[in-house]
This record gives sequence, C-alpha cells and structure tokens, in this order.
Amino acid sequence: MIYDPSWSAVIVFLLFVIGTIGLSARLGRSTKSTEGYFAAHGQIPWAVNGIAFAGDYLSAASFLGICGMIASYGYDGFLYSIGYLAGWVVALFVIAEPMKALGRFTFADALDAKFNSPGIKAAAGVSTLAVSMFYLIPQMVGAGVLIRPLLGFPHWVGVVMVGIVVITIVVTAGMVSTTWVQFLKGSLLVLFSGVLVVAVLRRGLEVDRESFPAIGPLSADVLAAESSGGSIAGRPVIPPDGGWEDHPRYVRLARPDGVGFDLYRADPIREQAAGEDGASEDGDDGDGDGVDEEDAGDMVMLRQGQSMTELANDEWLVDGAPFGQGEGERQLRPVGQITRLPGDRDSTGSLGPIAYLTTLSESEVALWGSEKVELADGTATVYFQKPTPGSQVLRPGEHPVFAGIRGDDPTARINFLSLMLALFCGTASLPHILIRYYTVKDGAAARKSTIVGIASIGFFYVLTLYLGLGAMTSGSMDVTNNNMAAPLLARAFSPWLFAIISAIAFTTVLGTVSGLILASSGAVAHDLLGGVLGLQLSGTSQVRVAKLAAVAVGGVAIMLGIVFEELNVSYLVGWAFSVAASANLPALVMLLFWPRTTKQGIIASVIVGMVSSLGWILLSADTFAKVYGLDPDAAPVPFSQPGIVTIPLSFVTLVIVSMLTKPSNATAERSR
Amino acid sequence: MREPPITADAAAAGVEATRLHNAKLGMIHFAVYLAFYLGFVFINAFRPGWMETIVLAGLNLAIVYGFGLIVAALLLALLYGRLCRTVPVARDPVFGVDEAGAAGADDTTSGDREVDRS
Repeated sequence: MIYDPSWSAVIVFLLFVIGTIGLSARLGRSTKSTEGYFAAHGQIPWAVNGIAFAGDYLSAASFLGICGMIASYGYDGFLYSIGYLAGWVVALFVIAEPMKALGRFTFADALDAKFNSPGIKAAAGVSTLAVSMFYLIPQMVGAGVLIRPLLGFPHWVGVVMVGIVVITIVVTAGMVSTTWVQFLKGSLLVLFSGVLVVAVLRRGLEVDRESFPAIGPLSADVLAAESSGGSIAGRPVIPPDGGWEDHPRYVRLARPDGVGFDLYRADPIREQAAGEDGASEDGDDGDGDGVDEEDAGDMVMLRQGQSMTELANDEWLVDGAPFGQGEGERQLRPVGQITRLPGDRDSTGSLGPIAYLTTLSESEVALWGSEKVELADGTATVYFQKPTPGSQVLRPGEHPVFAGIRGDDPTARINFLSLMLALFCGTASLPHILIRYYTVKDGAAARKSTIVGIASIGFFYVLTLYLGLGAMTSGSMDVTNNNMAAPLLARAFSPWLFAIISAIAFTTVLGTVSGLILASSGAVAHDLLGGVLGLQLSGTSQVRVAKLAAVAVGGVAIMLGIVFEELNVSYLVGWAFSVAASANLPALVMLLFWPRTTKQGIIASVIVGMVSSLGWILLSADTFAKVYGLDPDAAPVPFSQPGIVTIPLSFVTLVIVSMLTKPSNATAERSR
Repeated sequence: MREPPITADAAAAGVEATRLHNAKLGMIHFAVYLAFYLGFVFINAFRPGWMETIVLAGLNLAIVYGFGLIVAALLLALLYGRLCRTVPVARDPVFGVDEAGAAGADDTTSGDREVDRS
C-alpha cells in the first residue's frame, strides 16, 4: 500500500517535538544533582507519576502491535492486553512499597540494599541493560516504520530523528523531563484513543460487498471449463500461464481498463450443519475454524484477492500491473470489510459498547490470509479473503501464536501458559518501570501512583479491543502490515485525527525510549561504574557520566534500530518480558519475603535467570525461523516461551545457593 | 485531638508493623487476583471451547472474563489503597534520608499516626 505523506501529521508531530524539547530545556535548569537526574528529587506528584507510568509502559508494541494484532486476528491480541495489565497487580501488591523503601536510583539499588555487594550491582546492571536493549530495538524500528509511510523519509531518518529527540530529552533534565514527556504522552494516548473509540461506536458496522466482490456460487465443473479461456460473470478469463497454471485455485479475470487483472480465489462452499449462525457448541469438524461444517457438493465461491509479485529485476507488480500510483500502475488496496450483518442489514448505525460486540459476533468479517506463489517471472504474495464468523473473531486461538490451544499438541498449551506467565511476572521486573517508584516521595505515593497507572492502563487496554475491531471493519487496513492499523483507522474518519494519532504514535515511542535510555544510563553510571568499578564521583560528575552513558546507549539504540530494519522485531518485547521475569523478579521477591536470602543467592538467581531465558530464546523455534531463517523443527528446545521453565529455575537457584552460602552462627553473630 | 508524641523505638516498631500489615494485605489481594487470572489462563489453555459460551448480555466468556480481569484489577487496587496504612515518618535504613517526609499529609487511608521524631 502506498501512503501519501501527511503534512498535517508532520505539523502536529513537530509541535509535539518542539513542545517536549522546550519543556525539557526549561526543566533542565533545575536538574543538576543525581537525585534530580535519576529520581526527579522524589517530588513528582503521585497522580502525575501514575499517568507517567502509563506513558512509560504503553509502548509502540501496546499501541500499534496489539491494535494491529486484534485488527488482523481478533481476540488474540486482547490476550496480550490482559496479560500486560495483570502484571501491574504484581507491581502494586508485591513490589511497589518495598521498592520505594529499599532503592534510591536504580533497580540494582533495591536488590543490593541489604548487602552492598558489587556482584549484585554488576548482575543487576547487566540485566537492566539486556532487558532495556531488547525493549529498545522494537521501539526504534517502530519509529522508522512510522515515519516512512507518513513523511516519505527512509527508515533510518525516522530512527535517527527519534534517537536525537530522545537523547535531548534525557540529557537535558533526566527523570524530570522524561516524566513530563511520559505524562503528556500517556494523557494524550488514552484521551485520543477514547475519542477514536467513540468515533468507531458512532459509526457502527457497515456491510461492504463492493470493494472485494464475490462471484458465485459456481459449479466446480463450470469453473474448470471456463478457466482455460472462457468467461465468468460476463468477464473474460485470462488463460493460466507464467506459473499460474500450477495454482488452479486462482482465476484471473481481464479488467475493462486493461491494466493488469483482477485475481480471484476459488473457495469450496461449505454448509454449516450447526445452524445459520455458524456457532458450534461442541467443537468443530477438525479444520481448526471451530465451525461444524460439511462440504456442499462441488460448488465454489470466487472471492477477489490481491497479489504482489517481486520480479527478478527487483521491480514489483500488483495484480499484473507495475506497482505505483500513476497511469497504468496499480497498488494494493486497503482491506477490512464486513460481508454480512445480522438480519442481512446494510448498516447498524450508532452502537453502544456491548451492542457493538454482540452485533459483530453475529456478523461475518472478511479477514485476510496470504501465501507465496512461485511464478515464472518471480515470487508472488497472494492475499486472499477468509470470510470468518464474528463469533470466531471474538474467541481465542486464531493467531498462529495461540492457535495451538485448539490443537492436540500439549507443548503448544505449555507455550501459551509460559507466555501468560511471563506477561504476568514481567511488568514488575522491568527496570525502566521500577525506577519510576523513586520519583515519588514515599511508599504511599508509590502505591497511589500505581493505582492511577492501573486505572489508565486498564482503560486503555479496554479501548484496544474496540480500536482493533474498528480497524478490522474500517476498510482502511494495509494488507501487508497491520502495525499501522490504529493510525489508518483514524484516517478513515478524519485527516486531522489521523495526524494526531500518528503524532501520538511517535510520542509513544519518545516516551518509552526516554524511560529505557534513562534506566540504561543509570545502570552504566550508577551500578557498573560507581558500584562495580568503584569510581567515586561527585553528584555533578555522576550526572555528567550518566548523560554521556545516555548518549552512548542512544547511539547504540539508533544503530540497532537501523540494523534490524528488515527483521520482524515486535516479539523482542516478549523477549524482554521473559528475560526480566526470569532474571529480576525471583531475586526481588525472595529478597523481600525470604529472610535467608544471601547475596550469592541473588547474584546466582539473576545470572541463571538471565542466561537461561536468553539461551532458551536463542534456541527456540521462533528464533530459528524468524531470526536465523532456519528450519524451526531443528530447534532444540520444545517450545518458544521460556518463562515457565526459567522463572522457577531462577527461584530454585536462589534458594539452593542461599542455603549453601548461609552465614554460620558465629559469622552472623559477629555481623550483628 | 492530637496524639501524644511517640518514642523512636515505638516509631520504628510502628513502621515495621505498618509494613507488615501492608505486605500481608498485598499478598491477600495478590492471591485473590492470581486465582482469577489462573482461571482465565487455564480455561484458555485446556478448555478453549468454553470461551465461546454466551454468558452475559449476549457476550461470550472470553470477552466477559477478559474485561472482568481488567475491572477486577482496578477494584482490587482501589480496595488495597483504601485498606493500606501509611508508613510513619522514618529514617531510611539504607541511605539515611527521609523516606516519608510528609507522611499522612495527603493520605486518605486509615491507621495513620503522627510521629514526633524529636
């Protein structure tokens, strides 16, 4: 899909950037001490800190990734919303107050509060850097992904631009400016997501059978007879050649304007044996779609699809015509249609939040799948419609990651349990989230700001379901990439709403990356240089070193964002959660609740949790397929998500090492 | 009526008692939510078909349980905030800085005590 650069988006974005940098410069004048740089002097009001939690936490993965996943697959994206929010319960009930009481600037401070051990500082500092880097890469790549379609700049420009703005924000006023940027971003994100959802509900649902029409039902015999050069629905059939003859399911019809062809895919018609609504109460027919169906003879339906072919000379064709917007050229068209509403109505008009879901569940939606087709002149990616009952869209198990829960493979269920465990445990272990507890004055403020955070984040995650479903039925989705679902949904309503939502998506990246760079610079300057190497720096010098570290980490983030451009990196956020939950949470929880925890136990737990979860991920089928390009079946670990193994392993390691290294009675007595 | 000043030892004991109270409260709330969350995760993993059952106002269990988890998190968080006690003013044992410089000043929870550090 080709996006026209949106100058309104540029203007709104520039206003955001100028505003945040101006704010940072103003706040920077009063932020010279370490307390100011790392912890905003502990003077951030709890309500502001609560919204800043939302600004820190709701990354591009939440906003763009979850909305896109719901838009393409339905309910499964909402599972992430639920898991991400549930993690805040751990943060509030278990971590918030002790974290504030124990630490001062960094996550390592809290772990090391009782022991003053360089080993703990080293392990926790490295763990902070590892988790933050995994989190940073998708944010930076997301910045490039956003800027290319919106402004027409190359990917690297977006990455560099975000990097420079964020480094400026962090270097000028550290945690003070970072907090206010995150507050601004959190407020705007929740507010305008709410506006967009109201627009979605007011529009309601509308049938669109024209954008991608269907032809039929046809007899399969008639189709076979006509496919070799006859006509279908009064339109000439292009005889299959150039490799299409090996894919008889696809039929090419000539276009009146002669530019390329219209591609149709023949789907066998299936009659639903369980009633008209397609709902089956007792399972399905084994085809994975949950609907009890049987073949209706040899009848087929032709549904229009789209194809994009990469030629040997690196040029592209869309449905047989050169890719572009000029005369004689074609581009992929936006998708996302409702093909049937209950009662065969054409539109519903305005709907309430519950009626929206119940109506959708009784409708039929055209989801889209894709497959690679080898042709004589190159490889075509064919995008085809998957008419799906709304009831199926609103149930778990449609996305490839979650499809296993409907199959017979027990490891797929374990993989699902492992992912949900990592999401639950990961939030309260993310260093860039934990350091926000130091920005308020006391435990009560930490508690109250977490409650505000839960309220705003929870509200946002409820909105994600409507944003995703709204995009799914908006007719504005990019069939090649669902990450732009939310901005494109906004464009379906108004160019200015599109500009604002796009600018907020940029600010989403700014807010989260600021927190990550700050956490990383603290780990380098405070934990590793100060705590491990023993560099005794004055407050001002430590701030200077931290700022240099922020520039260095920001530079590395920019490089990684450019290097990983072509990689599908959204799952790196999942890695960050798994590594954080395995490396950090066991040590933190045991330090708080098990008096016999020793410093050796903590060090071993952090290292074992970090190495085992990282090792597991690197040896998983997901990584084999997506990163190394190898056969996923060759992966040595049985499932991709490590948490269910590595989190308990980290706990057990801490207990065993602590018992082996417990001080003798005499030592304990002397140390009193 | 203003409570009489308490001694440093009594203040320390108060800090510890308040922290224990809050920690215990947190664990109870955590256990309740964990049970609710595990129910959701296990149904999805082992009985995904149940999630399609229409349970309330035409909505299926997946939607109702999912929204329920989000609402429950907020309600439990508010309840926890209401029942927690505020840690009285104390010297931070690690860094020696005031940990709760204005404890109770903007706190609405019950059980607060004013502490005279003199």
